[in-house]
Order: sequence, then C-alpha cells, then structure tokens
Amino acid sequence: MKLTVNGTVHDVDASPDTPLLWVLRDHLGLTGTKYGCGEALCGACTVHVDGRAVRSCVLPVERLQGRAVTTIEGLSPDGSHPLQQAWARHAVPQCGYCQAGQIMTAAALLEEVPHPSEAQVDRSMATNICRCGTYLRIRAAILDAAGES
Amino acid sequence: MNAPQLSRRGFLIGSVGTGALFALGAGPAHAAGKPFVPNVWVRLEPDGTLHLTCNRSEMGQGVRSSIPALLAEEMGADRARVRVVQAPGDPVYGDQNTDGSRSIRNQYEMLRRMAAVARTMLEHAGARQLRVPVGEVASVAHEVVHASSGRAVPFGQLAAAAAAAKVPHPDKVKLRSDIPPGGWDLPLVEVDEWTSGRAQFGADVQRPGMLTAVIVRPPVLGAALLEVDDGAARAVPGVHDVVTMPVPAPPYAFQPLGGVAVVARDTWTAKKASEKLRLRWSESPHDDATWAADLAQMREQVAQPGTPRRQRGDAENALKRAANVVEATYVVPHLAHAALEPPAAVAEVTATGCEVWINTQTPQRTRSLVASRLGLEEDAVRVNVTYLGAAFGRKSKPDYAVEAAHLSQAVGRPVRVQWLREDAMRQGYFHAASVQALSAGFDDEGALTAWRQRIASPTIGSTFDAARHELRDSELGQGLSDLPLAVPHVSFETHAVQERMRIGWMRSVYNINHAFAVQGFLDELAHHRGVPLPDFIKTVYGPPRVVSADELGVPLWNYGAPEGEHPIDIARYHRVIDAVRERSAFDAPPVEGRAKGFAVHRSFLTYVACVVEVSRAPGGGPKLERAWVVADPGRIVHRERVRAQLEGAVLFGASVALYGHLDYQGGRVRAGNFREYRLVRMHEAPRSIDVEVITDGHAPGGIGEPGVPPVAPAIANAWFALTRERVRELPFHPPHA
Ligand code: FES
Ligand code: FES
Repeated sequence: MKLTVNGTVHDVDASPDTPLLWVLRDHLGLTGTKYGCGEALCGACTVHVDGRAVRSCVLPVERLQGRAVTTIEGLSPDGSHPLQQAWARHAVPQCGYCQAGQIMTAAALLEEVPHPSEAQVDRSMATNICRCGTYLRIRAAILDAAGES
Repeated sequence: MNAPQLSRRGFLIGSVGTGALFALGAGPAHAAGKPFVPNVWVRLEPDGTLHLTCNRSEMGQGVRSSIPALLAEEMGADRARVRVVQAPGDPVYGDQNTDGSRSIRNQYEMLRRMAAVARTMLEHAGARQLRVPVGEVASVAHEVVHASSGRAVPFGQLAAAAAAAKVPHPDKVKLRSDIPPGGWDLPLVEVDEWTSGRAQFGADVQRPGMLTAVIVRPPVLGAALLEVDDGAARAVPGVHDVVTMPVPAPPYAFQPLGGVAVVARDTWTAKKASEKLRLRWSESPHDDATWAADLAQMREQVAQPGTPRRQRGDAENALKRAANVVEATYVVPHLAHAALEPPAAVAEVTATGCEVWINTQTPQRTRSLVASRLGLEEDAVRVNVTYLGAAFGRKSKPDYAVEAAHLSQAVGRPVRVQWLREDAMRQGYFHAASVQALSAGFDDEGALTAWRQRIASPTIGSTFDAARHELRDSELGQGLSDLPLAVPHVSFETHAVQERMRIGWMRSVYNINHAFAVQGFLDELAHHRGVPLPDFIKTVYGPPRVVSADELGVPLWNYGAPEGEHPIDIARYHRVIDAVRERSAFDAPPVEGRAKGFAVHRSFLTYVACVVEVSRAPGGGPKLERAWVVADPGRIVHRERVRAQLEGAVLFGASVALYGHLDYQGGRVRAGNFREYRLVRMHEAPRSIDVEVITDGHAPGGIGEPGVPPVAPAIANAWFALTRERVRELPFHPPHA
C-alpha cells in the first residue's frame, strides 16, 4: 500500500485494516501521534487528512489511498507554527502527551475558522482530553495564535 | 535523554543533613579539556555547556524544569547553557521514587548543597586565576566575577582547574543567601519537544527487531489460567509468538498479573490476535463481587462502632448527651488514574543483561524487579526513564516493565509491552473507595462538643500484605488523624474491607476521600449553625497555634516529615482561608444563577484553600464557572510550574467530582474506555482559575498533589449553596445510572 505522510510517499506493509495510528507509529516511526483510547474518544491520535482533523486510531489505512496525511512532525518544518509558538508563550504542556493531538485539532480549526470565538474553540476542542488539565492554557493559546487576545 | 556515561569509580556515598543519600565525585581529573564533574548532579564541559541531572521522573509536574533550575540558580549558572540529563535508575542518584509530592520538598537542601559544591570549587579556581581573594568573587551568569575590578572568567575556562581540586564535603559549603523563598518565574524547558512531537514517551522507543506485545490478563483478580487455545491467534499474519505468563498469588505487590501475551510485528496485529485467544479461567473469590453490594455492606459497617484509631474524651457519651446531633454518610467510589498515556515499556534482553526504556516513576524499583525476574545482578540491568504521559501514581508500579523483560527473554527479541486503554482501566492499581459516617454533637449553646467519624475503606496495605484489610496509620494520616479539631470528644474508627482489585495510590490518595467527607460535613454543620463555612472552620480547628501530636491524641504521620520542621500550623490554615475568601469575594452576593463553595485541606505538608463557583449545567449537575485557589507550600522553586500544578489539580478534582467511578460487577471493572470513565473536557472547565501562592520561609511542602483534595468538596458545597441539594456520594454523574 502507498501512503502519503507529510509529503513523502511510503510503501506500507501492514494489514489493510490497520488504523493509521499504528501504521504511523509502528511502521513509519512517526511517534509524535499518540495512542490514548483507540476509540476516537480522546483525540491524542489526531492528524490531518486532506487538511481536516481526524482520529487516526479508527481510520483503516486502506481508506487513505491518494489522500494526504499530515502529522505533528509535518505541521511545520521547524516547530514555528503559530500554535506551537503560542503553546510555548503560554507554557501549555504539563506531561505533554496530549499536546500533539491538541495542536493538530486546533490547527485544523484555525484553518477553517481563522478567528474563532471562545465557544467555537470549546466546541472544537471537546474531542481532545487533557488529563493534566491544561485546558485554560490551551484555550488561551489558541485565541492568542488567532490574534484574539 | 540518555545520561552521559558517568564512571562508577571514584564515587562515594555519604550523607548530608537531610539524611538523603548522595554521590560525591572524588578523584582529580587533571588533563585540560576534561569536564568538571564534582558529583553526579553537575558536569561542566570546557566549552561551558553545563549538564545538570534530573533524578526524578517528568510526568507533567515540571521536575525537569525545577530541579535543574534550583541547581543552576545555586551555581550562578546561565540557564541557556544548561542541558538536562535524565538519570537512569541507580541508587547513586539518591531516592528516585517520584511520588508523594516530594521531589523538591525532600531534596531542596541536598540539591542546593550539590550545586554549592560546584560553585564553591569554580569560585576558588576563578579567584586563583584572577589572583584575588576568594571572598571577593561571586558566580554570576556562568562566570566567576570579581566585581571591584570588573574582571571575570567564564565557567567553562575553569572546568579543568576545578576538576583538579579536592571536592569539599557538601555540609561544609556555604549556600547562597539570595535564593528567594518564592522561587523564580522561569521558562518551561523543552516545551518544543512536546509541541513538535519529538518528546519520547514510553511507547515511543523503537529498537531494531522490536516486537510488540498485547497481554490478556486475568479478568477477575484471583482467577487462574486453566486452558489456552491460541490456534486462531497464532494464525493471524504478523504474529510472532504467543507466550503464557504465570499468574501470581497474593499479595500482588508489583508483580505482573500474568496471562497470555501475543507478540507480533505491530500493536494492531497483537491486539487483533489477542482477541482471538480462547482462554479458560478458574473461579475467583471475587466472582460475585459488585460495587452495589460492597457499598451496601460498607454502609452497614459504618453504622456500627469500629476499631478505635484516634480518641479523645468520650465521643459516644457526648453524642448521647448532645442537645443536637447532625449525622451524614459520605461516599467516594473507586477511581482510576486514567493517565492519558497507558503503561508501556520496552525491554531488550541480551546475553549479558537487560536494558529497559520505560515511563516509570520509579526506575530503581524497576531495575531490581526486572533483575530478580531475569535472575540477573542489578548492575546488569539498565533502566532508562522516558517522559511520562502523566502517571498519578500508576507508573510507580513497574509490573509492566517485568512483563516486557519476561517476554523479551522468552522470544529473544526486544519487546514493547503496550497496555491498551481497556487494560489500564480494568487491571491497574486503583484508588480506594471510602464510606464515612460522621456524627457531630452540639451543646445547647451551639458549641461543637463531639466529632465521630467511622470509615470503611480498602487499604493499599492489602496489595502488599494479603492479611491486611483495614486502613493503615499512614492512610488515616491523610486528612483524618491529622485533622485539627478543637473539640473535647473525638473518635475516629475504622472497619476492615475486602478489596476487590489491586489497591494503589493515586494523586492525593486518601486525602481525596477524607477531604470530601470532612469538608462536606463541615459545610453541613456550618449551615446548621448559620455561620459562613470559613468562619465555622476556624472555630472548629481552633485558634492559631501549632497542633501537636499530643493534642491530636495520635502520633503524627506527617508524610514522613519531622513535626518540628512541618508542624500543623493553624495560622497557615487561616492565611489560605482568608486569602481565598477575599480573592473570590466569597461573601459578596452571588451572580444570578450561580453560587460559590469553599473547602480547605492540608496535605503533603501544604495548605490549600479553594473556592469554586457553579451554575446549573444544561444537562443537570454543576457547571463550573470560576475557581480560586490559594496555596501555602512553603518555599518553592519554579513559580510558573507550581501554578500549573494547581490549575491542573482543579481539573483533576473536577473529574473526581463529576464523573470518577470505577464500578465493578461479577468482579470485573465495567468501564473500559473514556466513554464510561469520563473525564472533564474543555467546555466543562471553569472559565478562569485564579491561583495565589503564599511563600515565606517555611520548609518546602508538596505541590503535585495538595491542590486536588479541596476541589470536589468545594464543588459539592457550591452545589448545595445553589440548589439546597446535598451531594454526599460521588460522582455527580454515575456512569451506569
Ligand atoms: S487514541 Fe484516537 S482518539 Fe484516543
Ligand atoms: S498535558 Fe498531560 S494529558 Fe495533556
């Protein structure tokens, strides 16, 4: 199977029903995308497929022929995405485990709605759990990156 | 994050005033170009790069920021030149156990002394080079500076000379006088590691030839494996092997639970194949256990007298004679850590030893358990500590490292053990439920004369001693035996409870249960008396004073800290109570449709008062509007991370209050994933969390845990203020209601 991730085409030798998450992690060594639940409940595995935020843990890789996958490793070449910078300004992460997924969800939101309201941020980010409880800083960082604060 | 190879030769073990173990670098290293390594904490390269060791695990509390910051500030180093080195599991780094909120509080003095040793040696070398008396130089921004002449030598240029000098004893060096008790506002180190996806967590480690294992463990504690049919599992393409692992007998301690492991080329294959295993399990004594029945029994127990644990006067008699008696029973169910990263470990067994990569809170324990499972000397096992995707106490039990080592040995390849979310939810070490019956007696003047509290709760002790079923002193010491009560008749009593699962410590531990009951009950009593809760608490706890073990009537466990250094200080309670009351405008008329609740609790030697404002959530139950937290932890290091911990604690406490409930039926935990074990999400978080940290000269207390206990009772008290509905049983939203 061919799979395009962060602009590179990979030949993947995995069972076709394998969720994208495990192909990224176990086959391609792209471990920035995390496993938290495997059932689209926590958002830790969020990546972009054709620019939209998806939960890679429930997405069989066979359905991704001809589509473009972006992971946290491909979000920006040097970690300079406005959200990554805002995350640093607000010292968002605690354990950091959820943060790649949070940033990918937020990045897709800002693509679609460059200046979201607080309520829109809350709605979009409800897919992502942060067990450490960094929600207020995530919210502030997103609004900051969007130039809303 | 691997440590530079430090030679074990030339390190001695000594002790400083704190009683902590440390390693002392001895033996001169003459040649120029050699680094200066006065002890295992500090390694200065000739180019000025400063490696500082972090001996505790980074699990979201910011310890990789705070420990190096404390070392760097004491050294007068430039933080931009610092590289943090994560210590592997080795006693040479002192106690590496990262739990009990003590990475700073137990190491503050020791770490400063280690850095002061390095600074003193650099200053001596610098003064010699500048030909001035050592008393005239100081370390500032990575240089030894002679202020009166304006001359300075960079640290790096002094590495060789310092390395050639004799290392002074840490007790003999002078500490800087200008370390502020309130710490510093410092950046979060390595934030880009997390935001770029580069940070390596337990499951992120890749080894050549590595296989991944998913394990099916006993569905009910105590069930033995009778029969394995692995034909269908083995037939799945990509499956390398199926390995049966022994099921242990109690006490379970840190032993793996055993079961059947599918070892495969990737996680998905292992998971799919594991679902095809046909396993027959024996009966277990817990086969009929249900939470509903156990809860009913615990409620019956606390209606009866229990084992006396803390007695003053005659509470029984005083309650009989009281003009008014108020009684209530409080319930906290079992809870799961639910760290977002499930347990995962990689082990690589070779001909000579074993190397482990693991998200552990306890690398030394990991090392000894792996060594004993494999029959190796501890020296033959290396344990590398990755980042932890939070832990909350679960990852101080390294059963999963032993699983990985066992499997690597069995299949002769590096093996990663990946716990699935369902495994973590059903087969961990869980927070103990608690049922507490409280009775208070008032005399006809309205003075509180009697306090009786009966507790039924499984003990963590049962995990380590199969005969133990009643709370230990250290568990009662988390908010009950250390509860200040200026009340003449006091009785605390406990009952034995049959545990149904491995009971372990979870962030804040028994303080969660005890603060919920005590602070909720105090609110009931305050309403009964028509007095604001903060004032009522001050009356019940009594006037500002130090509460001695004598006054309590029981020895003070005090989290292992000396009573002299960390007394129960009522004045510190008053300061956090008054401050949070003022910051939250607690006494002002509420915003329409909202109400505030208050709670205060001392745990891990830190005082925390909390106010939460709630409204009615559209779907029922409380919606959190705003929160205020005031903490007095004594001296701190990293102000910003302290605030972050207290913010996070509000969310952790909110999940306890609203959703936390690990239910079981037929001996099996019902929740499998976040659908049933819900956690608070962004839209449920309060709009703001105001955090104030009081820091004065007091010895450092804990920070990771003490913010949690007052949150759930503050929410329940706010809900009562809003609705007059008293919630005495958590959570607000039971999963299977
Ligand atoms: S791992 Fe995919 S949503 Fe949780
Ligand atoms: S920072 Fe730990 S889960 Fe979000």
